[in-house]
Amino acid sequence: MKQYAYYPGCSLESLGKSYHLSTLEVAARLGIEFKELEDWNCCGATAYFPVDELLAYTLSARNLAIAEKTGLKDFVAPCSACFKNAYTTNKYLNSDPDLAEHINYALEEDNLHVAGTMQVRHLIEVFVEDIGLDAIKEKVTYPLNNLKVAPYYGCQLVRPRKGNENVENPRYFEELLSALGAEPIEFESKTRCCGGSLIVTNRAAALDMVEKLLQDAVNSHAQIIATTCPMCTVNLEVYQSQVNREFHTNYSIPIVYFTQLMGTSFGCTPKRLGINKEIIPRALEKSQVEAV
Amino acid sequence: MAVEYPFSKVIGDMMYASHQNPITDCLQCGTCSGTCPAIEYMDFSPRKIIGMIRANLKEDVLSSNTYWSCASCYHCTVRCPAGIDIAEMMYALKRYSMWKSQFKEGLIGPDFSESFVKMIVNSGRSYEPILAATYLPKYSASAIVQEALTASGLVFSGKMNLFPKKIKRIKNLQNVVRRILPLGETS
Repeated sequence: MKQYAYYPGCSLESLGKSYHLSTLEVAARLGIEFKELEDWNCCGATAYFPVDELLAYTLSARNLAIAEKTGLKDFVAPCSACFKNAYTTNKYLNSDPDLAEHINYALEEDNLHVAGTMQVRHLIEVFVEDIGLDAIKEKVTYPLNNLKVAPYYGCQLVRPRKGNENVENPRYFEELLSALGAEPIEFESKTRCCGGSLIVTNRAAALDMVEKLLQDAVNSHAQIIATTCPMCTVNLEVYQSQVNREFHTNYSIPIVYFTQLMGTSFGCTPKRLGINKEIIPRALEKSQVEAV
Repeated sequence: MAVEYPFSKVIGDMMYASHQNPITDCLQCGTCSGTCPAIEYMDFSPRKIIGMIRANLKEDVLSSNTYWSCASCYHCTVRCPAGIDIAEMMYALKRYSMWKSQFKEGLIGPDFSESFVKMIVNSGRSYEPILAATYLPKYSASAIVQEALTASGLVFSGKMNLFPKKIKRIKNLQNVVRRILPLGETS
């Protein structure tokens, strides 16, 4: 059984609990084990960088150091913001010995040392690249036939650039959805920002950004939007009713984590995928009925 | 005699890990502005802000809401033909403005960031309700009611915990933080 160091991040303990549940359930079905890091701390999200850069990298470095101690090779984060922070920190630890020395001096206080040797991965990359679409297809017992899904990548899963990958038009989410039997729509806004923490600091701007995404998804005939990040889910799902009030619209489009779609197609029970925790009621069940 | 440092250099110095940023290579092509999803809510577009930084218009830059309206989506960064990490530059402006306590009045961003850092230093994890307490006073009464309704809905649906978590080695984490910020507590 392949093992990964798993960093859930703070959101998966509260607002994104269903993401956590469905991730573990799907992993078990695919024969991989996510070992949660001991005593991990917050990655700093986007709110730490405005205060102190070095401290922001040190926070993520502590998690990387704890992961390195496990002897496992991959550091897996399901939240796009956690992923981006860990990825960037790891990159700088490798390219900047001066920064690494500063950080390690601080980490001595927790008896830790970071070398920058982890491979930092987002959850969806592990499924698509390591498990592979063929192996995923084999597990599908209830194909999501005719379900039109908007694959919403969001920002920090694809940006900033990691290598030579296509950041303007990635396709792996669509391919994954097709493997589940679903029909991925051509979603023009798939890598457009949901507003992130502007939902707190500049509500009007964030609601506007959410509205544009919902509008594009609905106009492209999506029945459901699938996400790869708990922050995107909060903005699109929890604030959908505020968007409706603000813009006099009538959106009622279910937002699900891609892992919930995987689990559903594998025949996992809704409860084990946290599907009863949706804000927009009976979201997935409704679409399933329509799909049948 | 003190030498006047160009503002572009000052902001470049706020980007330690990325070893500055070629702000002065900007072509003023406007790709960043055409890309930015938050531009309608900014006093000046990203292109203008870069131009203003280069023109040393420090006060005008700092008193704008532009950099606090950046959602850090990095779309401008990956498209910039001059290789400027514009989203990172917005962070640098935020840091400079926090450091100098100089920002446009009425913004929630600076308070939010400060509360966030305090929360992590206190518990090691982030927890939404504690954060809410710090920024809600800036909202109107009806917005607060709206926010409370959303929050209670989240608790009842099982999405949100009622109590925050604390990491085990929080004392160690606090000492780690003290080695970075020698003054210790962030305030």
